[in-house]
Formats: sequence, structure tokens, C-alpha cells
Amino acid sequence: MSSTSSTSSTSSMSALPLTLRDSTTMLRRNLLHARRYPSLTLNILLTPIVLLLLFVYVFGGVMSAGIGGGGADRSEYIAYLVPGILLMTIGATPAGTAVSVSMDMTEGIIARFRTMAIHRGSVLIGHMVGSVLQALISVVLVGAVAVAIGFRSTDATALEWLAAFGLLALVSVAFTWIAVGMGLASPNPEAASNNALPLIILPFISSAFVPIDAMPGWFQPVAEYQPFTPAIETLRGLLLGTEIGHSGWLTVIWSVGLTALGYWWSRSLFDRDPK
Amino acid sequence: MTKTAPHPPHPHPHAITAKHLHKAYGAKTILDGIDLTVPTGTVFSLLGPNGAGKTTAVKILSTLITADAGDLHVGGHNLATDAQAVRAAIGVTGQFSAVDGLITGEENMLLMADLHHLPRSEGRRTAAELLERFDLTEAAKKPASTYSGGMRRRLDIAMTLVGSPRIIFLDEPTTGLDPRSRHTMWRIIRELVTTGVTVFLTTQYLEEADQLADRIAVLHDGRIAAEGSAEELKRLIPGGHVRLRFTDPDAYRAAASRLREAVRDDEALTLQLPSDGSQRELRAVLDLLDSAGVEADELTVHTPDLDDVFFALTADTTTGTPRRSTQPSKETVR
Repeated sequence: MSSTSSTSSTSSMSALPLTLRDSTTMLRRNLLHARRYPSLTLNILLTPIVLLLLFVYVFGGVMSAGIGGGGADRSEYIAYLVPGILLMTIGATPAGTAVSVSMDMTEGIIARFRTMAIHRGSVLIGHMVGSVLQALISVVLVGAVAVAIGFRSTDATALEWLAAFGLLALVSVAFTWIAVGMGLASPNPEAASNNALPLIILPFISSAFVPIDAMPGWFQPVAEYQPFTPAIETLRGLLLGTEIGHSGWLTVIWSVGLTALGYWWSRSLFDRDPK
Repeated sequence: MTKTAPHPPHPHPHAITAKHLHKAYGAKTILDGIDLTVPTGTVFSLLGPNGAGKTTAVKILSTLITADAGDLHVGGHNLATDAQAVRAAIGVTGQFSAVDGLITGEENMLLMADLHHLPRSEGRRTAAELLERFDLTEAAKKPASTYSGGMRRRLDIAMTLVGSPRIIFLDEPTTGLDPRSRHTMWRIIRELVTTGVTVFLTTQYLEEADQLADRIAVLHDGRIAAEGSAEELKRLIPGGHVRLRFTDPDAYRAAASRLREAVRDDEALTLQLPSDGSQRELRAVLDLLDSAGVEADELTVHTPDLDDVFFALTADTTTGTPRRSTQPSKETVR
């Protein structure tokens, strides 16, 4: 009889603490993986830093010509570029998430998790939170590099800094859930890597590197009506004091919508019978 | 003991019941309406060749995949409506190792302890005890991906035991193991049973079912071809006999004239008598030999083993009732 006491304590727990507890356990597992096998993390971290340096020092001279009517210098381009690079960092991490989720699904232990009386979504929530933490750490590091090469916020208050960080976290959660779904929908890690490509491409076709006005007319709607552009514009507004307009609300709506969609998609994929 | 009381006592009399379990993938029927009953505290073995549907049955009963049809109960809970309660009662060690290869054996165990919501100190103690019991203490700090097949399988079972499940599914637990690891695994399974745990075991090794199982069901083409204890299954097919070998031709002829029903092999000087191998039948044979004043140089008793049963039951593609003597047992006359 004493041996059943552990299971009865499980059933007496209400749903939310169970979700929280199991997800925390799964998160610990994911962080352990990331710590033991840091190559994927490093790869994700280095890409935005390389891009930042590349755009500032190699393309910067030419690119800045498109800013502020052509008279901008390099430091102005840095100011323009950094918010985009920060969001690109947020966008690059989910691409890794898709691959690691897909890889994890091939592991036998996932079948074990499915036959245990744990919160069903906890494996996925663990992946999501682990990736978001990773993305935010990356953002801090990329931000530090940006500051080191001359990025300065013009007038951001502490509250605006906080809001900027919150915005990055919100966008990160949204794209990570989509990436978790992509990882689950992919038959293997290679396919997951391909499927996640749009997440990497999307920032390039936003206002991250050049203003939308400088793009061909037919392409402008594509760049304008995608989630990265309002997020980047909001971040610019918070850090550099430019006009935010509707971008703030648009970003929140995009993020909440993508989060809901990504979570629903991931859960329904995970709840299907495994092959 | 297996009789159902009006109010079922707390330990359900049947750990697992399945009625008309059906599962198909597209047009291919995997399980064609099988019935299973496993009394609590017993070892039940599902025996069958590769592709017979054993793993599918385990996956369904352990809540991993859903059945197309069937009235299924595990630990007294309905699989279709209360899968989470079933999960709280079971432990599963699948055919493919269900350990996290990226982390150490100890970390795998602590992961299980956390998922079973054991308090931290209890989790550590349970993990250490099980690692010790399965002879993994030395390897505890190494990544599970570096383990040998036998070690990984032991870790797998140790992880399954963390929550003290009352019903354990073992899908081909010794496939791919060397003989020593296999015997270790058998010992582990026997120890489990002494604690009152119900074990649902699949295997393609007849010896394994014979060694471990109280009841055996032979699965063939998605149907139960036969079910019973190992002894009952062996009785299903003919082939039991006593063989007498002589070196002296005179003794041989004397014995042959006495044992009329014996099949003679004049060249090898052997006689073969149908027999169930019971003491009474053996004594009758010996008495006859004594009364004739002859002595056989060698007497061997052959009872059909599960191999004979298995081949007889699964030899043909025909389903349903086992066909008799599709293959003679291996020591009959040629």
C-alpha cells in the first residue's frame, strides 16, 4: 500500500502546479543538454554577431547611404541596424529549437514521457522556455557587442529598456512556439532545419537592414505586413525615440496570435499517436 | 482468488483486461480483435515472431498509441477515458531504449524521480538504491550514450522502477543482449514478481516465456493462436515420447517383442514409445523391460518444448485454430 502513496500524491496535485513542476523538470533537462552540447548554442549565438560586424564594417558604408536621405554615417547605421540584429538574434534561436525538438522526438525517452502521468505538454514547454532563455542570453551578448562597437541608446528610460526586453521576450516566445511545431511536424532534424529557414529569412525581408521605403514597391507590402517589421520599429522607438505608432500593438497582437497558434499546433502534433 | 467480489477489492483482481482489441494501420490489420486477461501479480507473456503485433499491443496497453476498437482496462482504469490514471499505475520499458543518451545514468534517474514528484532527498535515495541494485553505480556519472546494450537496458528498467509501478510492461527486454545480460535480466524480472508486481512481457524467445511466464499467449497474424501455461501449450501438440537405446541386438529384439506399440528402428537399435513423460507411464515401461529381463543402455524422455508448439502454431498463414502436427517434433522417426 505504501508504494501507491507516491502516485496518489500526484493525483492530488491540481493542474497548474503539476504543469509548472513538470515543465521545470523538463526545462532542467533541456538546460543540461545545452550545457553538455554547447555547439548548437554557440552557432546560434555567433551568427548574429558575425552579421552585425559584417553589416557595420563591410557593408556599412554603402548601406548607410540608404538612410536619412543618404547623408548618414556609420554610427547612424549602427543605430538603425542594432534593433534589427537584436530581433534577428531572437529569430535565429527558434531555428535551432526546431532542430533540437525534432532530434529529441527521435529519442526513446520521449515514448517513456508519453506513458508517464506527467503534464503532457511539459516536454514542449521545457523546450520552449529553454530556447527563450537561450535567445535572451544571446540578445544580451549581442547587445553588449553592439554597445562595444558604438551603439548608444539616445534617450531610453529604465522603463523603456525594460519594455524593450519584454518585447524581445514576447516575440521570442511566439516564434519559439512556431519552431516547436515545425520541429514536431518535421520527419527528421534535416527537414526541421529546412522548415525553419523562413524564421531566419524573415528578418532579412523586414526593415532590419534597410528601410522599407528603400525596397521595390511591389515588395514593400511583404516587408511591411510581417511580424518582424513592427517588432523592429517598436524596438527602435523604445531605444532610439523614433515614432512607434501602431507598431507596438501590432507586435503584441502578432506575438499573442503566433503564440496561441504555435502552442495549439505543437500540442495537437504531439498528442497524435507516434509512429 | 481470481473471483470477482461484488465490490472489487482495492488491488484489482485483473491487472490488465482487453476485449476485442483491434488495431489497423490503413488496410493492414495488426491486431484482429484479441482478448487478454492478466491476473494481478502474475507474469504474462505475449509470444510471437517478428511482426506479429506484440509491440503494437504493448504500445496500446501502455497508452502510447490508441486502439481502433476494444474494451481495455489496465490497473482497473479504462484506457479510452482515463489514460492518465493508467499511466500512474504502469511502468514501461520499450523495445527501443527509453533513456536520455545525452545525460548521465544518474541524471536519468533523478529526472524520473522529479517527474514522479518525489521529494528531493527521497529521489536521490531512490536513484542511488536502484543504480546500486542494477550494478550501475560505477557508471552513474557517465553519459548513457556510452553504455553497453546490457547496461542501457538495466538503466531503462531502473528508470521504470522509480515510481514503484504495480504493472510493468517489458517489450522484448532481452532482445540483443548477450547470454549473461539475459540471465541478469531474468533475475531482475523474477525479483520484481516477488514484490507482487504484474509483468506483461513480450518476447520472441520461447525459452524466456517458458522461464518467466505464468501464462503465455501465442500471437500470430494479429490473433491469439493459443493461450495457457507453458505446460498447457506443450500438451497442445503431440510429440512426447520415451526413447530406448540398446547396444545388444538380442536385448533390442526382446524389448521390441514386449513393447508392441513401440516404433522400431532396427538399424539404430532404438525403440520409441509415445508417452507424456509421467512417472506412471515411465514405470510401466520399466516394469515391462524388467519382466522381459532386458536392460536398455539409455532411456531418454522427450517432451515437446515450446519451440515445437511455436512452430506448430505459427507454421502456416492460416489463422484461428492451431493445426495439428504441421511439423513433427524433432526427435520422431524419420
